[in-house]
Order: sequence, then C-alpha cells, then structure tokens
Amino acid sequence: MLDYLQLTGQRVLAVFARLGQATLFLYQILLTLPGLLMRPSLIIKQLYSTGVQTLLIILVAGCFVGMVLALQAYYVLVDFGAEDSISQMVVLTLMRELGPVITGLLFAGRAGSALTAEIGLMKSTEQLSGMEMMAIDPMQRVMAPRVLAGFLAMPLLTAVFIAVGVLGGYLVAVHGVGIYEGVYWSLAQLKVDFYTDLMNGMIKSVVFGFVIVWIAVFEGYDSVPTSEGLGQATTRTVVHGSLAVLGLDFLLTAIMFGDI
Amino acid sequence: MSFSRGSRKIFDNISLDIHRGKVTAIMGPSGTGKTTLLKLIGGQLKPDQGSIEMDGNNVHQLSRKDLYQLRKRMGMLFQSGALLTDINVFDNIAYPIREHTDLDESLIRSLVLMKLNAVGLRGARDLMPSELSGGMARRVAMARAIALDPVMVMYDEPFTGQDPISMGVLVNLIRSMNQSLHLSSVVVSHDVPETLSISDFIYLISDGRIVAQGSPDELKNSSDPWVQQFITGQPDGPVPFHFTASPLMQDLLQE
Repeated sequence: MLDYLQLTGQRVLAVFARLGQATLFLYQILLTLPGLLMRPSLIIKQLYSTGVQTLLIILVAGCFVGMVLALQAYYVLVDFGAEDSISQMVVLTLMRELGPVITGLLFAGRAGSALTAEIGLMKSTEQLSGMEMMAIDPMQRVMAPRVLAGFLAMPLLTAVFIAVGVLGGYLVAVHGVGIYEGVYWSLAQLKVDFYTDLMNGMIKSVVFGFVIVWIAVFEGYDSVPTSEGLGQATTRTVVHGSLAVLGLDFLLTAIMFGDI
Repeated sequence: MSFSRGSRKIFDNISLDIHRGKVTAIMGPSGTGKTTLLKLIGGQLKPDQGSIEMDGNNVHQLSRKDLYQLRKRMGMLFQSGALLTDINVFDNIAYPIREHTDLDESLIRSLVLMKLNAVGLRGARDLMPSELSGGMARRVAMARAIALDPVMVMYDEPFTGQDPISMGVLVNLIRSMNQSLHLSSVVVSHDVPETLSISDFIYLISDGRIVAQGSPDELKNSSDPWVQQFITGQPDGPVPFHFTASPLMQDLLQE
C-alpha cells in the first residue's frame, strides 16, 4: 500500500516537474519574440510548413464534416418540418465547436507531430547543439518561429475549415435534399452573431493553436535522442495535444456560452 | 574540474591545458567523457567543481551574451557533422556569417567559397547534406567551424567511420588548417595512429582521470602497461577482455 502511494506520489511530482520545465521552456521562447519580429522571413517559412502544408487535410475534412452535419440535421429536422433550419445548425455547430475542435485535432496530428519529429531529429543529429556552438540561439531561430507560426496558422485554418464546411453543407442541403438556396444562406446569415459565434470560435482556435505548438516544440526539444524516444515524443504530442484541445474546449465553452 | 552525471562521476578533479597554436588531443576509451569535455569547454555543460578558462575568461561565469561572444571565437566539428539538413552546403557555411555579420551577400559568397575551397569542396556547394558522403559532410562541417575565423577549433571524433582516403584528407586538413589559420585545435578521438600523427600534445583519459600525458613520442615510449595497451590496441591487459564475472566452469555447471 505504501509502495503504491509512494509510486503515485512520484508520478504526480514528475508530472508537475515536467509542467514546470515546459513553462520555463515557453518563457525562454517568449523572451526571444521581440528579436524574432525583426526577422519575418523565419515566421513566413514556418507558416508555410505548419499552415499551408496542413491546408489539404483541412479542406477535405471540412467539406466532409459540413456534408455529414447537413445530412444528419436533415434527418432529425425533417420529422418536425424544420428542415429549412439545416444551415443554422451547420453554421453554428461549425463556428462554435467543430470548426476549432476538429481543426485543432487535425493540426495536432499533422503539424504538431511533424514539429516534434523535426525538432527531435534536429536534437538527435546535434543540429541544435551545433547552433548553440555557433553562438546562435535555437530558441530564437528554431522554436520561436514555429510557435508563432502555429499560433497564427490555427485561426486561419479554422476559418478555412468553417468556410469549406458551410459549403459542404450547402451542397448536401441545396443540391442533395432540395432546400431552397435562398433559405440556406439567409438563415445562416440571420442566426449567426459575429461576436458570440464567430469570434468565440476564433478565440478557441487561437488558444488551441498556441497550446498544440507549445506541446509539440517542447516534446521535440525534450525528446530522448533515439528512434524510440522520438517515436514516443511524437505520440505524446498527438495524445496530449488532442486531449488538451478537448479539455480546453469544454472549459472555454463553459466560460463563453454558459453560466458556470 | 569535476563533473558528474547523476551519481556517475565523469571527471574527478582533472586539470589540463590547451596550448595556443598547437594540436592537443584528448584520447581514451569509448564512454570516458571525451565529448562531454568538449561540451564543458564550449559552455554547454557546467562543471560541478572547478573552472574552465579560455583567454582568461571563466567560461561558466560569463553572461549568456558574453558566452555567445566567446563561442564566436570557437569552432566545433561535431561527430555527426551537425549540418542543418534543410539548407544546402553553401547556406550551411554562410549561416553563421549571415547571423553574426552585416556583410554584403557578394562578400559572403566569396568567404564561403574560400572556406569550401580550403576543404576541397567548392564544387559541392549546391548539394544538400543528405547528398554528401560521411567524409564530405565532415569536411563541410569543418568549413563551417572555421567560417567565423575562430581562434580555437574543437574536433569531436573526426575520424570515426571514415574510409582510408577520407581519413587521410581529414588528418591533413586538421594539421594544415591549424598551421595556416594559426588555430589552437583540440582533437577528441580514439583513433590512435591518426591522432598521434597530427598531435603536439596528448592527454589520455580513463575513469574520470588523466592517466597519461605527453608528446606522441613520449606516449609511444611509455612504460605504463595501460598506455601501451591503448596505444597498441591489445585486446587484453590492464583493461581486461572479460567483463567481471564468476569463473567460466562455475557458470557452465550451474543449473
């Protein structure tokens, strides 16, 4: 029993120690941001690899999610003769929840894992040590551009996901089940509040993006420089990143839309 | 200086000098902390006790800014080469120059080509690191190590895994660059003939201590059995062939 308690205590302490390390790591990155803003080319390059290269999966997933949402909404609403409200359900669901959440999950899987693998490999091949010995701060040149790029890319990707999702819903609703086009667009426009729905969704995406890239770069930087260690770090990024998105989504939803 | 990793003592109160303008070799069996020593000299690790000084500066008491200033005067060749894999050979050499100077791009081009010419790889400037052989990668890393015209260059296992021709090239380059660029070189290696052929002074390290030191000739003529076993590569001697175990017969008869 005592052994079990001791083991549990050790694990809890290890979690807090790691959290502390990650916070210090983030603090070091944030300190380098002012200098980084003088080198926008570094950020643009990372925006390409974290943002543009994630675009395809976002486009495809967004389209299918919008189509499925419209179809499910139709099956439920048609019983009540309320099928005209499909667009309202599709747009609000995408803006408030599915847009930022699914984009966050896909971002963690695609860009987050790639970031961890890249930084972990740079560590295991001594590229980060090499930069240090060339008097070049890897925090500023490697970590900070990736964190900032992920932070900027997530809301943009979320906006694309929502837009494509709404179009996917339009395809099913208008051309699939025969909802009048004018009704689809006018109800979508009428029922969406810019601040409550769109901005809250965007705030969520910014928070998710920041947390995912933070986890991804830290896991890469802190990885054991072996093939097994790198694999474990990449897995941790996807698992922790996805859980963080889902957990934070509940918290943010409660703050934004509820009375908790 | 003493340094430990966890409960394992890597260096136990060792003291050594790197002479200006000379090639100093640090030799010893695998796992004795030779690479760790280079990281301590470069300020990437901090000793538990004692100090490391370069040109009168205590490396580990410098601020981060001053340490980076000092590192501009040090070059380091990593065992893996440590080239940045997403940029080509030319940009790898140009990288530290672009980061630390405001030189015109045409001047940077000339400097990079001169550095590459010194290691015989001017013609490989457009290749990516993945397209280089092991020996070529190390020569590119060597060119990058001297990109900022350092006063000291540290070589971490420069000969490991090289074919005889590449090894010969690297041996010549280390010696000739030390002379022509007036460098102080620190070579960490366990390749005995190559290291003996280019070193002015050698430290032999084992079990966290300096077990022998001297010129290559002094070490070759040493009467110390450990030194002789290391220099001549004998499989058995003071460092036993067998890892500590119970007698063979006892082990075989045990059920």
